[in-house]
Amino acid sequence: MTEFAEIWTYLSTDPLLWLTLTLAAYGAGDALFKASGRKPMVNPVLIAVAFLAVLLQLTGTSYATYFAGAQFVHFMLGPATVALAIPLYANLNHIKKAALPMIAALVAGSLAAMLSAVGIGVALGLDADILLALIPKSATAPVALGVSEAIGGSPSLTAVFVITTGITGAVIATPLLNLLRITDWRARGFAVGVASHGIGTARAFQVNETAGAFSGVGMGLNALLTALIAPIIAQWLLG
Amino acid sequence: MIIHLATLLAFQLLGEVTSRGLDLPLPGPVIGMALLFATCMIWPRLAKTIAPTTTVLLGHLSLLFVPAGVGVVGHLDKFGSDGAALGVAIIGSTVVAITVGALTFVGLRKLTGTSHD
Repeated sequence: MTEFAEIWTYLSTDPLLWLTLTLAAYGAGDALFKASGRKPMVNPVLIAVAFLAVLLQLTGTSYATYFAGAQFVHFMLGPATVALAIPLYANLNHIKKAALPMIAALVAGSLAAMLSAVGIGVALGLDADILLALIPKSATAPVALGVSEAIGGSPSLTAVFVITTGITGAVIATPLLNLLRITDWRARGFAVGVASHGIGTARAFQVNETAGAFSGVGMGLNALLTALIAPIIAQWLLG
Repeated sequence: MIIHLATLLAFQLLGEVTSRGLDLPLPGPVIGMALLFATCMIWPRLAKTIAPTTTVLLGHLSLLFVPAGVGVVGHLDKFGSDGAALGVAIIGSTVVAITVGALTFVGLRKLTGTSHD
């Protein structure tokens, strides 16, 4: 027993344990997702986060200790954001062909996401710090976290909102767009990418290739637009 | 692979330096993305060269959200008191955003006479 306690004392403070568990938890979540027939509700990120959060609580481990290990994964968000330029460039022909509808849908969808979230939040009496963290939630995680930090929100709270938004978009997109009788895969994919970033895009690719490509473009463009507009909305909210 | 990663990191570094140097509200990686996109426009071979690495990296994009998501443990008190309001705000705004975005796209397509697919 003492031996286990000693080993645990070493492991629980060593980055290796939490890095390994982060990858393992995501791997398990991804396996469950595939086993479920890729149901959007069975989201690997949600599963991994829930599992790790419960584990931290049970073992009395602080987030700082956890993050000392998980930071190596977190760090890759930066280069991954830069990498978004490549699918964006690969879809340049699509973008040029439908430029005007895309720009209009981007501005309308992006503003609708930010303003309706803040509007509902204000109406339901949420605090200003929570509202700030809500503003960039439709942008892809690395951008949303950076924007949240820049406008004085809490990046970790934003991370949770980003993931929840992505899962929501992935789950509701198909029934909602069918209800609206929208049959253009470009419009469907693009709107999903703008509203629910990478998780929505992953879902769009499962439904239709064109929808997926346009969703990826919507996600990339909204990352840029959110970074530009969120500070203005934040200023207006606090002012 | 290593050179590809170094390229991405170099663009991120360039983005960070630009963001801080010019005091821009855009996060460094976003500027890095814009710079890489612009570079690909001028030099298309770059996109083709690094595409295998970016495909792998973006294929595992959701894994990279996990460490930040686990930060929820520091905010559990907020979800207890504001959970319902947050749920309504997130679900409501996502429905509104997808609806507005898709209808705007279709509306403008009809207005400008862009063909269907």
